[in-house]
Amino acid sequence: MTRRLTPAGTVTALVLALCAAVPYLAPALDEPFYVIVFARIMIWAIAAVSLNLIMGYGGMISFGHAVYLGIGGYAVGILGFHDVTSAWVQLPVAIGLSAVVALVFGVICLRTRGIYFIMITLALAQMVYFLSVSAERYGSDDGLNILWRSDFGTRLFDLEDSVVMYYTIFAVLLGCLLVKWRIVMSRFGMVLRASSSNDTRVQAVGVPTFRYRLVAFVIAGVMCGLAGFLQANLERFVSPDMMNWHRSGELILMTVLGGTSTLFGPVVGAVVFLMLSEILSTITIHWHLVFGPFLVLVVLFARGGVMGLLGSRARHD
Amino acid sequence: MDYVLLVEQLLNGFQLGIILFLMAAGLTLVFGIMDLVNLAHGSLFMIGAFVGGTLALATDSFVLGAVLMVPAMFVIGVLLETIALRTLYRRSHLDQVLATFGLILFFNEATRLIWGPEGLVIPLPDFLEGTVALGAGITYPLYRVVIIGVGLLVALGLYLLVAKTRFGMLVRAGASNRTMAGALGVNIPALFTLVFGIGAVLAGLAGLIITPITQAAIGMGEDVLILAFVVIVIGGIGSVRGAFIAAVLTGVIDTMGRSFLDLLLLLVLPANAAEAAGPALASMLIYILMAGILFFRPQGLFPPRGATVIQ
Repeated sequence: MTRRLTPAGTVTALVLALCAAVPYLAPALDEPFYVIVFARIMIWAIAAVSLNLIMGYGGMISFGHAVYLGIGGYAVGILGFHDVTSAWVQLPVAIGLSAVVALVFGVICLRTRGIYFIMITLALAQMVYFLSVSAERYGSDDGLNILWRSDFGTRLFDLEDSVVMYYTIFAVLLGCLLVKWRIVMSRFGMVLRASSSNDTRVQAVGVPTFRYRLVAFVIAGVMCGLAGFLQANLERFVSPDMMNWHRSGELILMTVLGGTSTLFGPVVGAVVFLMLSEILSTITIHWHLVFGPFLVLVVLFARGGVMGLLGSRARHD
Repeated sequence: MDYVLLVEQLLNGFQLGIILFLMAAGLTLVFGIMDLVNLAHGSLFMIGAFVGGTLALATDSFVLGAVLMVPAMFVIGVLLETIALRTLYRRSHLDQVLATFGLILFFNEATRLIWGPEGLVIPLPDFLEGTVALGAGITYPLYRVVIIGVGLLVALGLYLLVAKTRFGMLVRAGASNRTMAGALGVNIPALFTLVFGIGAVLAGLAGLIITPITQAAIGMGEDVLILAFVVIVIGGIGSVRGAFIAAVLTGVIDTMGRSFLDLLLLLVLPANAAEAAGPALASMLIYILMAGILFFRPQGLFPPRGATVIQ
């Protein structure tokens, strides 16, 4: 039995194949710079995938999602600063800290809906941002250099090797997509989607939606914290700018650009967004002048993003 | 403790509160009446500073520049509303966030293109320099007194406009039930445009008034915008009175925290720990306040009467 490949499915396969092949393609095309560009894109894609879990399926528009990038990143940066470079310490701290912060923020934010939710997530993220700016010991605005990437203690798996680094990011991206797919398809995901379209009704059926939404919020935070962990390792640098509210806005943009409530949309969105800014910024330094109105037009006329244009229907809406 | 410093910081906090109120008043009306998340409100703050500053430099008079800024900002606000934002009213909050985020990028870049990346320095006119004696050995910069005075006047004017005039009555009617007000013959779109224009003027005024102290810079409105969000969340969306009280509360707590929190911590912590924790905790103080208020009153302190309940 053969299944026709949909346009959206084709794009998904092509993008993943491209991501997998870049470390070999780029040097062959004499553009080795593209390896790091794609590593960055994939990290943003992980963050956007995590945001889409709560935004696309749970209706929770977090305008402070980049805060977990910063938390995951600073876990590496600050521990490295104190000469703790073992990944077996850094990784659990990055994940645990993201989870705790997401739990606390979730308990506060999820009491509210709509505009309030958007603004409170923004404000709470801003709080952590200013905390990092005020931390003079850890470089304040200037950020913190990371001398050694996280050390897994084995030669076989050494992040200092750029190919290993690249494919680690790729593997994490695949893993996050898998986790998200499993969540969305499960009963848990169904409650999440149902609660985003009519919370009162789901509660009336007897499902304590708050707990479901909180757990989703924490999962998304941890996933994004993982992206921050990878970003700090890739760039060997962390700074408050990682969790600047512009980054949170960009994450939302990527998700919408690719298509909310689609499994793979955020990845496509990250590719389109970052490639577009890469290309536009080489044409003119004032590229935001074109990019800003472009975003407005996307919002107004291209609902459903790239995946929507390709005919992949959002799972609800 | 030195009470002179205490009073000075209280006044500084109050002055910050006034600036926040000017921003939050426009935001809260736009939110409350039009149900629109407008991130570009911070851009209006910046544009007010640049346009007003340029007018002040061109006419060689800060006051004249400020006066001319009012119609200029009103026109900019009306244009922005009719060209870009009007189509967003019926869209989801997500669409509104995205589109107005795009507008921020556009306005920041346009400002950079027109005025250059360095920003704009606007000198204070001579007659606003100097300090005034407030009695009991306290002196305070004259210009900051002027800011507080102007802010209080605007707050009073806004209160009278919303509570006592026919226009204000229509605004309140539109806020509590748009459809019904429209059915009774109120021209809701025109009302929205007018309210947005007023919000733009207030934001622009806030931006211009702060510029002689700081200076006009690209993206200057963004931090103020987020603080204004905190203010209207605390105050209750749609309530001008709530915005005023929350703005002053936020301004005073933020300023006092930054000046005195490390001293307070010294009472309970060893010196080096207090020195490290003080600034960190001070920068988080208003967000903790917001979280606390939301925990007990998710609608904010003063939710407007008759507004739709959100939760």
